[in-house]
Amino acid sequence: MAKGRCDIIEVKGLTKIFDGTTAVDDVSFAVQAGELFGFLGPNGAGKTTTINVLTGLARPYGGAIRIAGIDCSTNPKAAQHLMGVVPDESNLYPELTGFDNLCFCGSLYGMNRHDRESRARQLLDRFGLAEASERKFAGYSRGMKRKLTIAAGIIHKPEILFLDEPTTGLDVASARQLRQLIADLHRAGTTIFLTTHYIEEAERLCERIAFIVAGRIVKIDTVEHLLQPFQKKQVIQITSINGAESIQARLSDTFGDMEFIFSDNKIIRVEADKPILAGAIVRFLEEQGIEVSEARRIRPSLEDVFVRVTGIETDAMKKEKEKSGMGGKA
Amino acid sequence: MKAWIAFWNILLKDMRSYYLKPPNISWGLLFPLVWITMFFIRSGLGMENLPELLPGLVALSILFGTTSVLSVTVTFEKKGRSFERLLLAPVSLELLMLSKTSGAILFGTVNAFVPILVAMLLTDLSAVNWSILVPATILIAISSTFLGLFIAVSVKEVFEAQTFSNFFRFPMIFLCGLFFPIEHLPVWLRPLSYVLPLTYGADVLHGSIHRSARMPLALDFGLLAAFCAVLFTVSLRNIRRKWIM
Repeated sequence: MAKGRCDIIEVKGLTKIFDGTTAVDDVSFAVQAGELFGFLGPNGAGKTTTINVLTGLARPYGGAIRIAGIDCSTNPKAAQHLMGVVPDESNLYPELTGFDNLCFCGSLYGMNRHDRESRARQLLDRFGLAEASERKFAGYSRGMKRKLTIAAGIIHKPEILFLDEPTTGLDVASARQLRQLIADLHRAGTTIFLTTHYIEEAERLCERIAFIVAGRIVKIDTVEHLLQPFQKKQVIQITSINGAESIQARLSDTFGDMEFIFSDNKIIRVEADKPILAGAIVRFLEEQGIEVSEARRIRPSLEDVFVRVTGIETDAMKKEKEKSGMGGKA
Repeated sequence: MKAWIAFWNILLKDMRSYYLKPPNISWGLLFPLVWITMFFIRSGLGMENLPELLPGLVALSILFGTTSVLSVTVTFEKKGRSFERLLLAPVSLELLMLSKTSGAILFGTVNAFVPILVAMLLTDLSAVNWSILVPATILIAISSTFLGLFIAVSVKEVFEAQTFSNFFRFPMIFLCGLFFPIEHLPVWLRPLSYVLPLTYGADVLHGSIHRSARMPLALDFGLLAAFCAVLFTVSLRNIRRKWIM
């Protein structure tokens, strides 16, 4: 994060309650101008609600919001000209063509006809949608819809772009392409507030990340700082053919300076502060009648930090998302 | 200026996407014509009696033309979340909703002139006071449109919008004094007539077409304008309360 950048989003003690349920609970953070800030958490953590409150689609119950120095707590309209919003579901007009959708969105921000038409053509080109520009939005594929929705969010060249789960439900190629577009926008100086439940995506794109669970921010820092405590840690992952959980206690007794974490009965994650001799553990397991199919060294990732900080298994997060019909891994 | 660019483009989009679609144009033309034919067959009157039926035909054309499309399209956009695009625009909610309703007001006003044009071809309308009829038609279109907006904001599903519209429209047709005088209604029903905006619209139409208004026209215009203000204000309050939670 570069020094000397001012805070463009300032949130203090933000609280949102729906029908007696606290969706966002006393959340405070700041995002600097030009920063790519990530909001990472499972389904129902309060990510979309936070975006809705910041952009004026929902009213805060308590707390203060300032966008570019403008007090938006009571008058969110005052800063809406600075914002572009890409919601978690594409919400453009199905009956309009791609080109008309972009022009219409430009007109909502007061762009004159010449400006919005030339900007729409430029964006359709950049997002690889030029050939589909005269086709109705309803006939677009999911990936094309996401791309056009992002294009609509930046048609008026906003200073701040809110991206809510931008790659959810996309195929690998489209998700990769979108991530590249997001990185390009960030390089061009746009402040980006990104929510995602894909940890790898947050790690790859964001400068700073806030972990949000049950409406509360549990950790907020730069990716580098979040990973630091884990960099020294040595980690290997052992996969067994038959289950190994029954010998967890024996493993801990034999290798006292190591930590054994079972994400399921067949996968053992071994962590230690000094180099791990994988051969010794594999031999021990085989002596105990456990057949090992793979043992590999793994690089500490943001996923490790997330699991450690929140206590939420990321596989559970993915399954939960898939169950809710939001598609597979991008 | 920027807000007016948004206003104009929302109106233009709605006109193209909804009101100028062939089914709506044909419906807008056919609906008043069907009503005219139906009333003639039913009443057995001659062409010279057409002005007597005209207030009812004009009012029905406006009422159905405005409420039918608006309540459905707003509910549809709300459900498809494209309405959020408008709420995110840096334009005041008042101007946004005026632009959303302008299409329906125009559509309702044009619909109203279908029976008037037909009547001009078939009978003598020299007794009509146009300087009252034209503003009255526009004001009735505005109040009916805002009633449609009130309905759209009160429901969640598109089918509910239709049902709820009829809940207002059909009693209003029979209680507003269009087809028989309010004095002919049972005493206990009469107070209900006076809380319906169309009652005052119907009275102005009677006054401007065949000079038989029962109330002072200034009072009719004043009350119609008051209904417009109340319905628009309540609808905006409901949008803020229900849709910007």
